[in-house]
Amino acid sequence: MNTVEPKSKALQEFAGNLKSLPDRFRESAFRTGAPTTDRTRSTFVFGNVFLHLHAVRTHRWSLRWTTTLGLGIMSVSAFLIALVTGVMLMFYYKPYPEAAYQSIKDIHFVVPTGRLIRNLHRWSANIMVIAVILHMARAFYTAAYRRPREYNWLMGMGLLVLTLGLSFTGYLLPWDQLAYWAITIGANIAQSPREITDALGITEYFDPGGFQRLLLLGSDQVGAEALIRFYLLHVMILPLVLAALMGVHFWRIRKDGGMVRPLDADARLAQRRSEETYPVFTEAPAKTYQLAAIVRGRTAQTGRGPENTVPSMPHLFYAELGVLMLTLLICLALSLVSDAPLKELANPSVPENPAKAPWYFLGLQELVSFSAFMGGIGIPMIVLVGLGLIPYLDRETEGTGRWFGGPGGWPLVRLSMVVGLCAPTVIEAFAIRFGWLREWFPAIPQLVVTVINPATLLTAIYALYSLWCIRRYESVRSGALALFTCFLCGFLVLTIIGTYFRGPNWVFYWSPAEWPKH
Amino acid sequence: MTTNAKEPRSRLDPEPVPRRDWLGLSSLWAMGGALLFGLAGMLKLPKAAVLASPSKKFRVAIPENLPVGEAFVPPGRAVAVFKDTDGVYAVSTICTHLGCVVKPNAEGFECPCHGSKFAVNGDVKKGPAPRPLPWLKVTNNGGQLTIDEGTTVPNGTKVA
Ligand code: HEM
Ligand code: FES
Repeated sequence: MNTVEPKSKALQEFAGNLKSLPDRFRESAFRTGAPTTDRTRSTFVFGNVFLHLHAVRTHRWSLRWTTTLGLGIMSVSAFLIALVTGVMLMFYYKPYPEAAYQSIKDIHFVVPTGRLIRNLHRWSANIMVIAVILHMARAFYTAAYRRPREYNWLMGMGLLVLTLGLSFTGYLLPWDQLAYWAITIGANIAQSPREITDALGITEYFDPGGFQRLLLLGSDQVGAEALIRFYLLHVMILPLVLAALMGVHFWRIRKDGGMVRPLDADARLAQRRSEETYPVFTEAPAKTYQLAAIVRGRTAQTGRGPENTVPSMPHLFYAELGVLMLTLLICLALSLVSDAPLKELANPSVPENPAKAPWYFLGLQELVSFSAFMGGIGIPMIVLVGLGLIPYLDRETEGTGRWFGGPGGWPLVRLSMVVGLCAPTVIEAFAIRFGWLREWFPAIPQLVVTVINPATLLTAIYALYSLWCIRRYESVRSGALALFTCFLCGFLVLTIIGTYFRGPNWVFYWSPAEWPKH
Repeated sequence: MTTNAKEPRSRLDPEPVPRRDWLGLSSLWAMGGALLFGLAGMLKLPKAAVLASPSKKFRVAIPENLPVGEAFVPPGRAVAVFKDTDGVYAVSTICTHLGCVVKPNAEGFECPCHGSKFAVNGDVKKGPAPRPLPWLKVTNNGGQLTIDEGTTVPNGTKVA
């Protein structure tokens, strides 16, 4: 006779459920199982809120590394690294003058791993600026901004401005000498429309410059009010807007039919067909793509299967993960060998000499040293508006998706590089050697200097050269190729001069070894 | 059947003014207007009504034997005080370009930020600064000098 009481059925079930808990949990979170077949690879993508910004299948052209150079993903990766390390810095940072400086010092010297986190934050921010600029250049040179991607180019411009804004506001937070004088200069650039209103004598009645400065500083001087405003911008407003815009940017990429590719992409890929592209539809597609036909434009592939595409999982995702790892690796390596700088505590009565902005603004600082309004507001505005107009003015189709595509092509870009590098070098050399209007005619009205100075001269030369290219090649795209190349080269030359050749009092020196000792 | 203008409209005929649309649209506009109005009010928030800045007036005692043409900078202030036979005057040392503090030297002032140079009387000699350095109000109360950094006077005004 069995002496053991028959077990309760419910208890048995309980024990069984407990045992299978890990499996059940995994099933509930990842409902469709391992991505091993085409079907489960698809559900893996659209069943996941983060992944489904991607299409389920990716064209093989998009996966060639020369298509994107991975620069967009590198920008996101750098942003993510900055986001995580930034939140960690917020545990200790105190947004109040002097306390801010002390807390950065604590983070650097006392907080466990604080120095590494701070370095990572700095370096990822710098990498992000570089990656975004290069990514813009890649989108430009492959003519990826053309229909239907005009709007996404504009979203990209917004991202560029926000990226620079984030870097600038972050530069100010340590409240050291660099930070303090950078805010001072930044706020006064915001005030520089006064250069015009003063010259016209209407500042008393209409003073947009003064208003902008007041809005930025929250006071008539640089102090606690300004710091808290920049802090708010840096940790809340700008990252939130940037993240939202990024979402739109990515969504649009999908809606615009993925990465841009040349018309003959399929033919060119066909020559090197790999075993990953197999026919997905063995019969002519009847149902699946009818629904997609209501989508406007070239997005829908009605009447044919997704030829030359591979499942995004794993092909695309592994590539993206690879770029993320690479970015992380670069940031880590740089953080281990080079520390983020921290100068002396801010001193409102003695500027750092020379007082230099972060490197990506040194080109602007060079322009500003000719005219505050033109260099700080006028020309940046012209550049932004010009960049934004490119996709609406270039409605051509030749060369879309090809590097340096368009009439003129690489030889034109090469010529433009020569023009783009020489023009600013010659103008700068002239201004450094002979001075400018103010030195020759001390009493000259400011308005004349504002309108005619090395910075505006350079802009005019670039513009004229590009117009000439439009005529020469009978193509707007050629003009755009010329102008964009000039813009990049000008940025490069001015940044290099500002970084390496300007010493105390913004005087030109061949090397820092010649700087006067003080 | 013939229709004539006087015939009463049927309930089924479309209304001349689509009443529902009108109601819907007008409430939409009203809501939009109210939101905009509220937003305009909130946009005033970041513009400070009261500026938290310390008093800009301060007293100075300049050295007895300050040579003519040499600047005396009161500690912690962005002002250079000069004394000559006509009297005393104070020149602001905040660069009119982008607000760095300029340094007095033998010929006047130089700015570390973008290389502006000024004469002793504040006139621009070189660089991007659009205006001369402003002169500040000095008052002499029986030998006690007070400088007001917040008030400018026409360049050339000296106080005996
Ligand atoms: C925070 C900054 C930005 C991020 C995170 C970002 C991210 C991305 C990513 C991940 C892609 C996919 C392809 C690739 O990796 O290249 C992409 C494509 C694109 N981006 Fe950006 N981007 C940023 C800024 C910009 C800027 C400044 C522009 C230009 C003004 C721009 C214009 C474009 C265009 C036109 C495409 C479509 C390219 C094509 O179809 O081939 N983006 N972006
Ligand atoms: S702030 Fe003095 S020259 Fe720019």
